[in-house]
Amino acid sequence: MSTAEVVPDPLGARLKAYEGRPAAVAGVGKDPVNAPMIRHWCEAMGDTSPAYSGPDAIAPPTMLQAWTMGGLSGHQGRTGAYDELLSLLDASGCTAVVATDCEQEYLRPLRPGDRVAFDSVIESVSGRKTTKLGTGYFVTTRTDVRVDGDLVGTHRFRILKYAPARRKPPAPRPRPVVGRDNAGFWQGVTEHRLLIQRCTDCGTLRHPWLPGCNACGCLDWDTLESSGEGTVYSYVVMHHPPFPAFDPPYAVGLVELAEGVRMVGNVTGVPYDKVRIGLPVQVEFRTYEDAEGAQVLPVFRVVDGHGEGGA
Amino acid sequence: MNTAPTTALTAGAELPPLEIAVTRTLIVAGAIASRDYQDVHHDAESARQKGSPDVFMNILTTNGLVGRYITDHFGPTAILRKVAIRLGAPNYPGDTMVLTGTIEAVDGDTATVRVVGANALGRHVTGTVTVTVPDAEARP
Repeated sequence: MSTAEVVPDPLGARLKAYEGRPAAVAGVGKDPVNAPMIRHWCEAMGDTSPAYSGPDAIAPPTMLQAWTMGGLSGHQGRTGAYDELLSLLDASGCTAVVATDCEQEYLRPLRPGDRVAFDSVIESVSGRKTTKLGTGYFVTTRTDVRVDGDLVGTHRFRILKYAPARRKPPAPRPRPVVGRDNAGFWQGVTEHRLLIQRCTDCGTLRHPWLPGCNACGCLDWDTLESSGEGTVYSYVVMHHPPFPAFDPPYAVGLVELAEGVRMVGNVTGVPYDKVRIGLPVQVEFRTYEDAEGAQVLPVFRVVDGHGEGGA
Repeated sequence: MNTAPTTALTAGAELPPLEIAVTRTLIVAGAIASRDYQDVHHDAESARQKGSPDVFMNILTTNGLVGRYITDHFGPTAILRKVAIRLGAPNYPGDTMVLTGTIEAVDGDTATVRVVGANALGRHVTGTVTVTVPDAEARP
């Protein structure tokens, strides 16, 4: 007995049973080969070859499959077997489809007026495969295209029918570390007020919040509400390492407030590469929602009329 | 009268590249011209629900562009015999696909050309085209 790990795939076994069964029998092209459809194709492809217009026009050989397509109104020649196969896949969650391979052989050119008939067989069904798009099954069909009974081309086509991979929810933003020393600042932010600590003894303003005054050592303080006006004192543009919650590149500013203290925050309102030292900014409070709830943060928006055109 | 110089078929020769701007218009026009109404080729919202960031080019358009690349180069008398392609990285709007080709083998007036179409995400298409060029001078 093999030691290789065998993942049970009962659906795959059921799908295998469809190999060799017809996918379309005596299908008929909805339109005869015709000049307008050839012209539309050439316009879309940007194909200006003279072979595809005029009295001796042929159809671009790569249009082979187009003549067999069901279009908006669907296929008529399709068999129960092929529909069953697709229904089984749909029912198992493999609702999405993408084409992966196309192999065509052209035995003679198609010309306007040719009436296309086709037969198609389910050539193979793969086992369960996991791809970047999701997990599913490759289904290969082979189609013979005929005009007046003569084989004019063959067409092998492979699709992946798959269950779309779930998108990961965005990572939650990191939360500020809130303690006794800085709780007042964050309380202010939730109320859309930017509070600066002020020593009640010597009047020195300070930020970030600290238990005591750096100037005089006094432990008593009160707060002053900032006007929110400031200028970019310095900045960095974050490129690397990327943090899951953020989308680099983005600019992080050190903003000098009108009151004199400096504060770190995102600079918004201009592209990251237009942030410059000295740009006037105004605080605004932005609410970020993620899986862990809402969070209000101060950000600094460049004042209108600044920061554009590299001025 | 054909005054064009005789095309040489030389194994190992490279075809000049062809740049294709992958616009939303090209994607939708190609899908409709090929009678392919799968919503992922014209409806961005449906494409997103199926795990794709945007609409993307359908295989029939890619096939048509590969055919055009070969016949643009070898001229209107060239006869496509086989086109076999495999898709990789999708062609999304805003990207550019650069088609390149190398003549892999020559048999009389018939050449096998290896074609690659690369976009910003990687290889959109790899494939092989067999083409007969009636007036060609074979240099295998």
